[in-house]
Amino acid sequence: MTAYWSDALSGFWSGWIIIITLGSIAFAFWLLVANRKTDTQPKADGQVSTTGHGADGIEEYDNPLPRWWFFLYIATVIFALTYLVLYPGLGNFTGLLGWTQEDQWEQEVADAEARYAPIFERYQQIPIPELSRDSDAMQVAERIFLNNCAICHGSNAKGGNGFPNLTDDDWLYGGQPEQIVTTLTQGRRGMMPPWKQLGEDNIENLTQYLLSLSGSADDEQKAQQGKTLYTSTCIGCHGPDATGNQALGAPNLSDDIWLYRAPGQSVADSVRQTLNEGRKGHMPAQAAYIGEQRVHLVAAYVYGLSRHDGQQAH
Amino acid sequence: MSESSIERFIPAQQLDEALGQSEPAASYSLYERRQHIYVREVAGRFQRLRRITNWILVLGFLVLPWIPWEGRPAVWFDLPGRAFHIFSVTFYPQEFMLLSWLLIICAFGLFFITAFAGRAWCGYSCPQSVWTFLFIWVEHRIEGSRHRRIKRDKSCWNLDKLWRKASKHFLWLLISLTTGVTIIGYFTPMADLIPSLVHFDVNGWTGFWVGFFVLFTYLNAGWLREQVCLYMCPYARFQAVMFDRDTLTVSYDQHRGEPRGKHKAHFHETKPGGSCIDCELCVQVCPTGIDIRDGLQYQCIDCAACIDACDSVMDKLGQPRGLVRYTTENALHGQPSRLLRPRLLGYLALLLVMSGVFFYHLASRTPLDIDLKRDRGSLYQTLNDGRIANAYALTVRNLDNRDHRYVIEASGIEGLQIDSDSILVPAGESRQRVLTLSLDPVRLTTPSTDIRLNVHAQDMPSIMVEQESRFIGATP
Repeated sequence: MTAYWSDALSGFWSGWIIIITLGSIAFAFWLLVANRKTDTQPKADGQVSTTGHGADGIEEYDNPLPRWWFFLYIATVIFALTYLVLYPGLGNFTGLLGWTQEDQWEQEVADAEARYAPIFERYQQIPIPELSRDSDAMQVAERIFLNNCAICHGSNAKGGNGFPNLTDDDWLYGGQPEQIVTTLTQGRRGMMPPWKQLGEDNIENLTQYLLSLSGSADDEQKAQQGKTLYTSTCIGCHGPDATGNQALGAPNLSDDIWLYRAPGQSVADSVRQTLNEGRKGHMPAQAAYIGEQRVHLVAAYVYGLSRHDGQQAH
Repeated sequence: MSESSIERFIPAQQLDEALGQSEPAASYSLYERRQHIYVREVAGRFQRLRRITNWILVLGFLVLPWIPWEGRPAVWFDLPGRAFHIFSVTFYPQEFMLLSWLLIICAFGLFFITAFAGRAWCGYSCPQSVWTFLFIWVEHRIEGSRHRRIKRDKSCWNLDKLWRKASKHFLWLLISLTTGVTIIGYFTPMADLIPSLVHFDVNGWTGFWVGFFVLFTYLNAGWLREQVCLYMCPYARFQAVMFDRDTLTVSYDQHRGEPRGKHKAHFHETKPGGSCIDCELCVQVCPTGIDIRDGLQYQCIDCAACIDACDSVMDKLGQPRGLVRYTTENALHGQPSRLLRPRLLGYLALLLVMSGVFFYHLASRTPLDIDLKRDRGSLYQTLNDGRIANAYALTVRNLDNRDHRYVIEASGIEGLQIDSDSILVPAGESRQRVLTLSLDPVRLTTPSTDIRLNVHAQDMPSIMVEQESRFIGATP
């Protein structure tokens, strides 16, 4: 059961609203009927009766209203009361029809789902590599991606600081269709523990070693010392040749692709920060939000990004 | 106010005679029953002008939705497709400003006409009046003249009355049906609408709106008539603001007419009484039921029926026309009156300026609209080759009625690369494309640099739109 706004109303405020609403209607109705007749005779021809309101010498006539206006007013009163009986409007009273905004929304979502279901079902049957070359499907997928994924990975899926680039061929957890589907469905949690306890010198040595793997070390000697430390400490996750481990989501450290790098930060500083403080990566599970069928489509989209030069078949 | 003027929808004496009743004098209702106005038919030069105008308007209204144009109706307000087709031009919601200008022009046109000739729009062009006069014309053909109609309404029901009333309402409904279907024909092409109506498989909303317009055409022109002009129309409420003493209005010349008298069979140059013989024709022909001789009233819709009526009487009496005529308040009081006065010229100038702006907009409009938004997710991205990239979402709307391939070019920084150079957009549709602009960071001198995106049609470079944005990146 969803919580409605009216649940927040105590009995007093609910009554307050009911009294004000019904009171206003009753007052308007009374005003209308009480003024229906007058004993004031219409003045004789040639004399105009006015209300006495004047401005700049212009006075307001006191002419009777057309009768059909009177009935129009009555009709609005009847409409208001009928509405208040059928729909929510009187404090906590939810109306006889049981109409709610949430039901309305759910109904519209259900309608949309029903309308688009056949399309998604058809795509569901197509294997991901093949689907990634279907430009119609990819237009749909791109919209899903832009609505759900682009906020972290960027509209162009090239990622950013802490968010993997999906258009290159470097995969943390693997780039095969079923691996992508698993990532999307269950989410991922990356964990790099902090190594501050190794001490500042060791961290520096390790940093230089890691930079040397992609050919940008400042100090070869430190890098050599770092290699020893790497073999005893980091090899468990990142592997002997530092190419990472997709089963754990341990990144490849031998290439020049850096997942963590804040704007304006040098690679060396970023690596130092990682070693000192550790990192926590979190890819949220999407199945609950977008459902299996859309996951299939988005997986095909992501699969295609790195295999068609990051360009969709538009 | 020049003259006292109690509202008299119909001469009380005459009505009492006609209906054979008078109100009880104990208490008076503040909600008064409408007195039905029996409009007498009148012929004359202004009525001819009004009829011709009305026919042109009605025929134009009826014919427009049927004209085919480039494989669609000439005028088609396609709401689901979000496109307004008017002959060769198609407008989309993005061009809302044009509609605003058009409405502003209409407003100033109305101001100008009002300052010039009062409620002339109401008398000659307003759909409410046009359809009301049409309905009255039908009424007259079936139930006879004003006098007969009053008598028949008073009489008991008999077969003659029944069939006349029935056929009148039938014809009214027929006109209303034509009107309702035509109005919807502007939104749903006739080729689809007519068959679906004939086979009763019209979709819900279309059916509802057809019914809505049929019902309200019938009610407004058949039953409510002058009540719309008197009590509902907002224009009637503020038109007086645009009046001044030099506004042409239908006016009764008191100096010439008073004192009234029915006894004047022969006129002399030095007559004791005025020209008005109190025949009340001007009251009987008035569609809003006022007596023009009471002076200027807001109810008057300037239809000039009373002028034609009075002129015909004056002709019979051998008197000069113009006891009731289009004239200004100043002229009536013998003061100099200028039609070309600052107020009128001001409205005219504004009208011309607005029209100029509108047509300039129309002529210079590019049938292309783009929207470029920088990604909000990240400042910039560093690519694997060390280049710096910014992501943008580009929406391209093709507002033309042909498909185009648009070339996308970025400029503003030397060496700026763009990952997609063109996009194909079908006529009237929009396509979104994610753009990545990338650059070697050595080119950057500031953290944020203005760039410019140029989108133009490959086959027609004149269809071109540019938009500015920013490229953000750290200087190395």
